[in-house]
Amino acid sequence: MELIVQRRIKQVLKGDQNAFGEIVELYKDKVYQICYRMLWDRYEAEDAAQETFIKAFINIHTYDPGKKFATWLYRIATNLCIDRIRKKKPDYHLDAEVAGTEGLNMYSQVASAEKLPEEAVENLELKETIQAAIFKLPEKYRSVIVLKYIEELQLQEIAEILELPLGTVKTRVHRGREALRKYLRNV
Amino acid sequence: MASCQKEIVRLMHRYLDGELVSGEKRKLKAHLESCDNCQQHFLELKKTIAFVQSASHLQAPEGFTENVLLSLPKEVKTIGMQRWIRKHPFFVAASLFLTLMTGGFFSLWQQETENFAFTKHENLQVENDTVIIPAGEKVKGDIVVENGNIRIEGEVQGNVTVINGEQYMASAGNVTGDIEEIDEAFGWMWFKLKKTAAGVFD
Repeated sequence: MELIVQRRIKQVLKGDQNAFGEIVELYKDKVYQICYRMLWDRYEAEDAAQETFIKAFINIHTYDPGKKFATWLYRIATNLCIDRIRKKKPDYHLDAEVAGTEGLNMYSQVASAEKLPEEAVENLELKETIQAAIFKLPEKYRSVIVLKYIEELQLQEIAEILELPLGTVKTRVHRGREALRKYLRNV
Repeated sequence: MASCQKEIVRLMHRYLDGELVSGEKRKLKAHLESCDNCQQHFLELKKTIAFVQSASHLQAPEGFTENVLLSLPKEVKTIGMQRWIRKHPFFVAASLFLTLMTGGFFSLWQQETENFAFTKHENLQVENDTVIIPAGEKVKGDIVVENGNIRIEGEVQGNVTVINGEQYMASAGNVTGDIEEIDEAFGWMWFKLKKTAAGVFD
C-alpha cells in the first residue's frame, strides 16, 4: 500500500488532484476515526478530517518520502484536533455533555423507531459510555490512547506522530489507561 | 502495601505494553496470585482495554472524498492536459506531427520571403527589387523571380514565374511560355512540389 501511496504522491506533487482523491479514499476512515474519538462530534470530526486532507494536499511538498505517509498524515490530524480542543477549552466540557446527550437522544430515538432488541440498545449505550470515558481524558492522554487502542499503532510510531520521546508516550499510555480504568471499572 | 502496589502497577503497564522479561513476568504473576487487590486492578485494566478496542471501526461519512476534492485549490491547467495526453496518445502523436510539419513549412516559407532572388541571365537589369528585361533584348530560357517584381519590355523565350511579386508586361513585351504569379503559401508549396517532382523525373 505504501508503494501505491508513494506513486500517487509523486503525481500529486505535479498537481494531479485525482491522484490525491485516491489517497483520501485510502485513509479517510482512519483519519475520521482519530478526529471523532478526539472531538466526539460527528460534524466537527468530519470538518477536522477534511481540513486534515486539505492541509496535507497544500503541504505535500514538505512530506519526506523516506518516512511512512500515515505517520505524517496522522500527525496533521492529531495536531488539528488538539488545536480545536484547546481553542474550545473554556466551555468545551459543557459542549461535550450536550454533544453526548444529543448522541444518546439520537440513539434512543433510533432505538424506539426501529424497535431494537434490548441487547442492541445496551450495546449502543455501552459504546457511548466508552466514548464518554475516552472523551473525559485530558487531551494529551486521549491522543495516545486513541492512537494505540483504536488505530492500533506501535508506541514508537505514536512517538513519531506526536513528536514526543518514547518514554513520554509510555508514561502517557500508562496514565491514560489508569484514568480509563477508574471511569470504566464499574461498567 | 502502597509502595508494593506502585511497583506492581508499573509492572502491569509494562506487561500490557509487552515489555516484561520472563523474570519480571514471573514476579508479576506470583504477586497477582497472592494479592486480591492487585489482581482486581489488573483485571480492570484488561477489561478497560477490551472496552476501548471494541469502540473502533468507524467510517467516514458519505461523499467525504468528493467534498475534500471540491475544497482543494484549483488544479493547474497543464495537469488536466497531461492526463488527457496520457489517455489519447495516438491523437496526440498525429496532431504533433501535423503541427511540426505545418510549422516547419510556414517558417520555411517565411524565411524565403525575405530574400529577393531571380534566375540569372545576361541581359537582365535590376532596379531595387524589380527585374527588367529591356526593350529589344531577348532572354532564352525560363525566369523565376522570388520576392520581387518583373517588368517585361523585351522578349522571353520561355516561362516566367513570379513568387510574392508582380509582373508588368509592356505593350512591346513578349513571353513565349506561361506567365505565373504565386502569392499564397499554398501556391508556393505547389510550385516547390512541382519543381521537386520535375527534378526527380529529369
